[in-house]
Amino acid sequence: MANKDISFAVRRGTVHALVGENGAGKSTLMKILYGVQRQDEGTIKVNGSEVTLHSPSDAIDAGIGMVFQHFMLADNLTVLENVVLGAEKLHGIGGGARAEIRRIAEDFGLDVDPDDLVADLGVGDRQRVEILKVLYRGAKILILDEPTAVLVPQEVDELFDNLRELKAEGLTVIFISHKLDEVLSVADDITVIRRGTTVASVDPSEVNARQLAELMVGSQLPTPETSESTVTDRVVLSMRDITLAGGEGRDLLHDIDLDIHAGEIVGVAGVEGNGQAELVEVIMGMREPTAGTVHLEGTDISDWEVREIREAGVGYIPEDRHRHGLLLDAPLWENRILGHQTERPNVKGGLIDARGAKSDTERIVREYDVRTPSIFVTAGSLSGGNQQKLIVGREMSHASKVLVASHPTRGVDVGAQSAIWDLMRQARHEGLGVLLISADLEELIGLSDTIRVILRGRLTGTFDPDTVTSQDLGAAMTGADGSHGDAPAPADARGDAAYPDSLTGPALAPSPAADDIEDAR
Amino acid sequence: MSTVVTPTPTPTPRPTAPTRGSFLANPWARWGMIVLGAIILMSALRVITGANDLDSSGAIAAAFGLAVPIALAGLGGLWCERAGVVNIGLEGMMILGTWSSAFCAYHWGPWVGILGGALGGLVGGLIHAIATVYFGVDHIVSGVALNIIGLGVAKYLASRFFTGLPGGGPTQSPPLEYAPSLSLPGIGDPLLTLERKHIFFVSDLAAIVRGLTTNVSVLTLITLGLFIATWYVLWRTAFGLRLRSVGESPAAAESLGVNVYKYKFLAVLASGSLAGLGGAFLTLVASNLFRDGQTGGRGYIGLAAMIFGNWRPGGLLAGSALFGYTDAIRLRAGGQSVHAVLLLVAVLLLLIGLWQLFRRGRVVQGVLALVVAGLTAWWYFAADTVPNELAGTLPYVTTLLVLAFAAQRLRMPAADGLVYRKGEGH
Amino acid sequence: MSNAKLRRALLSIAAPILALFVAFLLTSLVLMALGDPVKDVWITMLSKPKPRQITNIVNGAIVLYLSAIAVAVGFKMNLFNIGVDGQYRVGSFAAALFAGQAWLPGVLNILVAIVVAMVAGGFWASIAAYLKVKRGVSEVISTIMLNAIATGVVSWLLLKVAVRTAGSNAIGTKTIPESSQLEGWKLIPGASNRIYSLLLLAILVGLLYWFVLGKTRFGFDLRATGSSETAAVASGVKVKRMVMTSMIASGALAGLIGMPLLFGQDHSYGTTFQSGLGFAGIGIALLGRNHPVGIAFAALLWSYLDTQANGLQIRAGVAPELVYIIQGIILFAVVIAYEGTRRLDIRLEQQRVAGELAAQRAAVRDQEGAVA
Repeated sequence: MANKDISFAVRRGTVHALVGENGAGKSTLMKILYGVQRQDEGTIKVNGSEVTLHSPSDAIDAGIGMVFQHFMLADNLTVLENVVLGAEKLHGIGGGARAEIRRIAEDFGLDVDPDDLVADLGVGDRQRVEILKVLYRGAKILILDEPTAVLVPQEVDELFDNLRELKAEGLTVIFISHKLDEVLSVADDITVIRRGTTVASVDPSEVNARQLAELMVGSQLPTPETSESTVTDRVVLSMRDITLAGGEGRDLLHDIDLDIHAGEIVGVAGVEGNGQAELVEVIMGMREPTAGTVHLEGTDISDWEVREIREAGVGYIPEDRHRHGLLLDAPLWENRILGHQTERPNVKGGLIDARGAKSDTERIVREYDVRTPSIFVTAGSLSGGNQQKLIVGREMSHASKVLVASHPTRGVDVGAQSAIWDLMRQARHEGLGVLLISADLEELIGLSDTIRVILRGRLTGTFDPDTVTSQDLGAAMTGADGSHGDAPAPADARGDAAYPDSLTGPALAPSPAADDIEDAR
Repeated sequence: MSTVVTPTPTPTPRPTAPTRGSFLANPWARWGMIVLGAIILMSALRVITGANDLDSSGAIAAAFGLAVPIALAGLGGLWCERAGVVNIGLEGMMILGTWSSAFCAYHWGPWVGILGGALGGLVGGLIHAIATVYFGVDHIVSGVALNIIGLGVAKYLASRFFTGLPGGGPTQSPPLEYAPSLSLPGIGDPLLTLERKHIFFVSDLAAIVRGLTTNVSVLTLITLGLFIATWYVLWRTAFGLRLRSVGESPAAAESLGVNVYKYKFLAVLASGSLAGLGGAFLTLVASNLFRDGQTGGRGYIGLAAMIFGNWRPGGLLAGSALFGYTDAIRLRAGGQSVHAVLLLVAVLLLLIGLWQLFRRGRVVQGVLALVVAGLTAWWYFAADTVPNELAGTLPYVTTLLVLAFAAQRLRMPAADGLVYRKGEGH
Repeated sequence: MSNAKLRRALLSIAAPILALFVAFLLTSLVLMALGDPVKDVWITMLSKPKPRQITNIVNGAIVLYLSAIAVAVGFKMNLFNIGVDGQYRVGSFAAALFAGQAWLPGVLNILVAIVVAMVAGGFWASIAAYLKVKRGVSEVISTIMLNAIATGVVSWLLLKVAVRTAGSNAIGTKTIPESSQLEGWKLIPGASNRIYSLLLLAILVGLLYWFVLGKTRFGFDLRATGSSETAAVASGVKVKRMVMTSMIASGALAGLIGMPLLFGQDHSYGTTFQSGLGFAGIGIALLGRNHPVGIAFAALLWSYLDTQANGLQIRAGVAPELVYIIQGIILFAVVIAYEGTRRLDIRLEQQRVAGELAAQRAAVRDQEGAVA
């Protein structure tokens, strides 16, 4: 049961926030409000009259506009084409539409050029296009799903200014989030959802973040704070002068100097697309640096293959577990082998040791609390949190020196999140060096022993988690504090270039051969 | 086994456009220069090698003609892939078109034959559409299965309906009436005289013009019209925008109320009809009967032309012309013309090799090109002609080479090949 | 757990049976629409084959099996090796040429010729593999082009080395000496013809396929790459190398396709050598779901249909090409059915997992309640 007895009322001309943790049922609710899913019971009333929403078109007709968390944009089409798609009757698809878009953009302070190709736009601009789409269709009620997930504090402020402007014009905004500080600063009313049902409606002026959080979770919130220091003097991973050239004279990474000590968690904060993904790829051997060296406990691993590096004791928790960490259609015990198919207990000689792998998978399921009926179910059937726990368990069983964790709690429910935080603390305690890349500033501040900021491929600052605030970090991450990177360039939505564009699979079109990617960028 | 292909949108560079304001910025000027250069190159080659059929009006007309089925197949592929469905089954749809056009033409004349060809291909398209769009079968698997079934159906129906007819047999139809063709009046003969004089460049130009204006089939004209219509519909109408959006991001399209299944379906149907029309061309224009194996892989070459053309009608036409030309010269003078082409290839590779070495500093690729250039040149001088069996592979070798070199700078529809299920986008 | 396996097994069998039924139905409809004798067709197709025909069926299945395994190796890697047709042509020609020279005696000749066939087929496939890995050219189109090129090249080479077989217009490579010809076995009682000795080869290939893919590390890497290329890269697989290796392996196996025909029947490669086995292999691999045993059954079915169809002209007055239609419909129906059952399977499994987890949670709560 995804949603049960959800009731709330939104006043016109306000910003109404819906808060709940991951998996609380917010997305299902939004799908219902937008006509993608039908409710089994219950009514929806807009402006006092009941509406039935069979499809997005119905929702649009009712004046509801949805801005998704994952942008629904066609990269190869222009802003204009993306905006008018489905609504061509309103102003045509040529000059009339262009004029209308320009008008809306001006009225609401959304600065985009209708003829730009969406592929060239950065994250903040793409969000503005999404809002444009919705306003173009005459939406009076805007639903924003986790709009600040990909924004830094300064961009969040810009968004909230936009929202206030919308409010001033008499529009209504429903705002879904689990970032409580932000919600408190912009919302006029707040509704809390927990386990699929509404549990409270509060006035933001009467409640603080902690109380809200407890309403959301129903109990004491876990914290990522770490206690005593376990940092030693021994350097396990060392990067010196690492530079990775991109195309067009822009460096993806420039002069990176980074040391990770045994027993230390080094956090790296940055806006997506500033080189974090490339940093990880260089360490893991998926990309070879143009210059500089990487040393693992004194051994130069700069030109080692991925397999060798993993065999040498470097664990890897990938950012996108579905694409890089799991074989979704394979059973759990085969997934346990993934990434370590040359090491015990998975293999004996050149052959797979199925029995060894299976029994070890049982152990991981036990020790890491992976909730599954058996080790023979497919990885795709598990929830996100349990998938991640399996991956963490697998990697920690082989990581003897370094653990590279990229956004380890992304898309994971609160219970699993706190379990994973515990595991990272455990790794640290066992003397591993941990590199933590995250967009969750609270997680970074709570877990790390030291925080570095990456901006346009350079490490621009070092912060002490005991004293730094989110605002400081946010300013450093966007360069607003005066730190520099290279000349600004459009932030790619995904820095995925190391993984060659589907060499297998019958894409009819040619894909760039990996050794040409540097030229192509 | 389900092979779901999700191409990751890598930031592919757009080919660097020349600076605004310069002469070459105008696409018409650019194409004009290329065409002019090609004519000069051909003339030179003809004079040097004495292979007079390289660009005779007959060869040009044949090239023009043979380009059409390739272009139609490619256009079918374009419609389909722009909506995100890969269509390997174009060959099978074309085969169905050859049979149905022959059948209809035999009983009711060439015009009905043309229509029949389109309908035959449409049936193939319908099967592919139901399998891929409705049932979610992997696109390539469905395409391959369609080729098998198309071949079988055509063979069976041919054997069933053409045996016993005068001039017909189990593997070929009786002779049919050619589809009507038109010529530009008055200039045919004077141009022929000019061509026969073999003057550098002038005769070649005359030959080309004559080839393009005499005995042009109505189906060719229809095809050109279809190309213009395609460009207009896909890039200037709401229908076309929705269709393209479905191929770029079906999730986005669905979220905006576009019926993804409907547009994919229609696109695949259109693609089948176009391929079927290509089949009709083969039976009613390029020849005047149906024969087993008539399509000769043109469905696939059409796909290659589409890729070469970067999924746009203009580029597709250029690609079809190129492949049609190679098809024509090997069918006409076979060994001799292909032999001359060797020299051309050797020279081109030499230039490419030098450019790779000195402009781009790529040693391996440069040396490789030079070595192959040397081998090709040696072949040219060592032999008088290319044996027919090898000459017959020219269109296929050309396709491979073109794909090998053109690969990097192309941008296909972002969701091409993606098996999309409704509601999956969120 | 055994429940899941049972369910999965049942679903796997349900699909092809459903497909056969649908094919039967649709073909009958087509026949009725064309005015062909439906009853006679099915009586011919489903009649009990004579011993001689049974041998033919098995022999045909052996060759088709090899073809399908070659294709299946590619499929496991998400590669569509449509070039099996050209690869086996090249392989058969090379092997026939070599064996005809009789540089080696008897069985040794056969064994080395088989290796030659694999090398030739592998080489031909490597061209497509190289283009894919280095230039990003889709293997679908490149292998099809290479098929056509193979036809031309082999025809040309054949002309150069050919020997005219006595009393006919056909040309072929030099006939393989008797000491290297394989007589075959009399396995079917009452049949005058024999089963190809190289049935052994097919069995060996099947075993190797099962073992390498399922039990070795290389096989794991290969399946992982086919399942999720991005995950495979992250796990340390060198994808480019894997693509080359599997394409070449597929081509090498394709080279073997003509071996039973060469040593057990024709004894030379000529213009009348059987062609078109490549596409059939693709269909059979799909039918058999890339499983070594499934493919064996599918190959037998396909060969059965082919052989039975030979009698269609005489006994039902219908062109034997009808069998292509039957095979095509079976293929489509099966592929659609597989897709449907695959989705059903996933959904059932997710429900089951969710259900079992909920049951576990309930059990824990009960326990806590009992203690309190």
